[in-house]
Amino acid sequence: MSHYETVIGLEVHVELKTRSKIFCDSTTEFGGEPNTHLCPVCLGLPGVLPVVNKRVVEYAIRAALALNCQIAGFTKFDRKNYYYPDMPKNYQISQYDLPIARHGYLDIEVNNEVRRIGITRLHMEEDTGKLVHQGTITSTPYSLVDYNRAGVPLVEIVSEPDLRSPEEARAFMEKLKTIIQYTGVSDCKMEEGSLRCDANISLRPAGSGQLGTKTEIKNLNSFKALYRALSYEVERQTGILSKGGRILQETRTWDEEKGVTLPLRSKEYAHDYRYFPDPDLVPLVIDPEWVEDIRNSLPELPDARRERYMQEYGLPAYDAGILTSTKELADFFESCLSAYPNPKAVSNWVMGELSRLLNASGMDITACKIKPSQLGSLLQLIDEGTISGKIAKTVFEEMFASGKDPGDIIEEKGLVQISDVNTLMTVVAEVLASNPKSVEDFRSGRERALGFLVGQVMKATRGKANPEMVNRLLKEKLLQEKL
Amino acid sequence: MVTREDVEHVALLGRLELTDEEKEIYARQLNELLGHFRALQRLDTDNVQPTAHVLPLNNVYREDWVGQHMPREDALANCPDRDENYFKVPRIV
Repeated sequence: MSHYETVIGLEVHVELKTRSKIFCDSTTEFGGEPNTHLCPVCLGLPGVLPVVNKRVVEYAIRAALALNCQIAGFTKFDRKNYYYPDMPKNYQISQYDLPIARHGYLDIEVNNEVRRIGITRLHMEEDTGKLVHQGTITSTPYSLVDYNRAGVPLVEIVSEPDLRSPEEARAFMEKLKTIIQYTGVSDCKMEEGSLRCDANISLRPAGSGQLGTKTEIKNLNSFKALYRALSYEVERQTGILSKGGRILQETRTWDEEKGVTLPLRSKEYAHDYRYFPDPDLVPLVIDPEWVEDIRNSLPELPDARRERYMQEYGLPAYDAGILTSTKELADFFESCLSAYPNPKAVSNWVMGELSRLLNASGMDITACKIKPSQLGSLLQLIDEGTISGKIAKTVFEEMFASGKDPGDIIEEKGLVQISDVNTLMTVVAEVLASNPKSVEDFRSGRERALGFLVGQVMKATRGKANPEMVNRLLKEKLLQEKL
Repeated sequence: MVTREDVEHVALLGRLELTDEEKEIYARQLNELLGHFRALQRLDTDNVQPTAHVLPLNNVYREDWVGQHMPREDALANCPDRDENYFKVPRIV
């Protein structure tokens, strides 16, 4: 019922998965002892010269192409000057007026509606060091700095203010993460900070073409934090505006514990970066042939792959979306198909049992012990009647835990399905003899009693009886004796 | 025209503490400096490409290899204050 429209734009930082930093040969490895991944260049000592890591440029182009951007023919680096000790040089090398890429987009789907979100630009820059605060950023008496991360390559991706709700902002981030992961240029681990974002958010009267005053929200370390912080900010700004108040243009930080955004004092955050071309770095002229080589090396991207799963495999949109949500899961799925070419059956197992076990153990598919060929064998064993679908779930759990072949597990645990008529008849007879009440119920027309009797046979055989045969034999027996 | 407020703003950005007298001096000196640039601005540059770099060079790259790191004690040697293996800095915000 709110008569304000929400306008959100995101600035996303993605750490690139190169071996060495963007301007020197220090390692980019995550999680080393503080201040051990340093050299005179990334420590900003006097007299040093940065030199661009070629792979950073390649990865930036790769990410930009996957986001449908136009690649610049001429690009350069600039210094962004600010007074904050996260960079030892007191400036960050970034790109200002001639970024490597512009004018891209990606499509998101929220509430069954596809929306195209513009990407203003993508540029390269160096990551900053990490400040450790005692308590919160606003109450700490002093801060400790670890410069290991200073100089790790980043691309910053700036969206157009096209997002209209916290849901869309989250969908944008999820989609961006998926696409970037497909290109292989970053792990995009929000928990390790290799994918981060800041959000600009403002409200305006519905239907207005003008933008309202925005706030910038920092410290959004998870999809949940992004969603909650933006939802909070929509409410806060709505409250102020509907009382006739004005929004203060400021930078705010998300306080996860309190669930609120708080202002960071704006004076020190003065957005007066005095950019100028970095005289230590010469410009880059990008060879169009290089760009085409990179374009040709891109894998099939998530939207195309999802579409193909629907067309070629006849999967529902929902299944296709989940299966292609990471490249690794989609690759796993397709490897299964080479062992067992029934897309719907494989999809059911991957989205059902496999996802359930992965979620429960907090693992992702790359750590999964089950090989695609093993899932294929399992499905074959069900088809051949060696095990029932129910037993297959038990076998699958064991495969998940140990990585053993399904055939070996079935043999070791004696799980082979009982399909021998004589054996089953004995059990059926026993069950009927010890459940006269159910037999009577069935005969007086209560079909549901059959289900109970089937269950008793399955229980007696510890789930190994062939359920279809049990069903048939029970019916035969019950009807025979009725006569 | 550089005002006294401009000087105060720039001084804040550079974390410089200036006396009232210095603010007056720098405002005057910066205005003289801008005068020189105004002279340059009278030139016709319509057909001149903006300069991104003074050297006639581009595409200087390094390959993606990891080299030697500094011993941590060397890295921390010149910092004014430290806490174990970290640089220690005053509260910022």
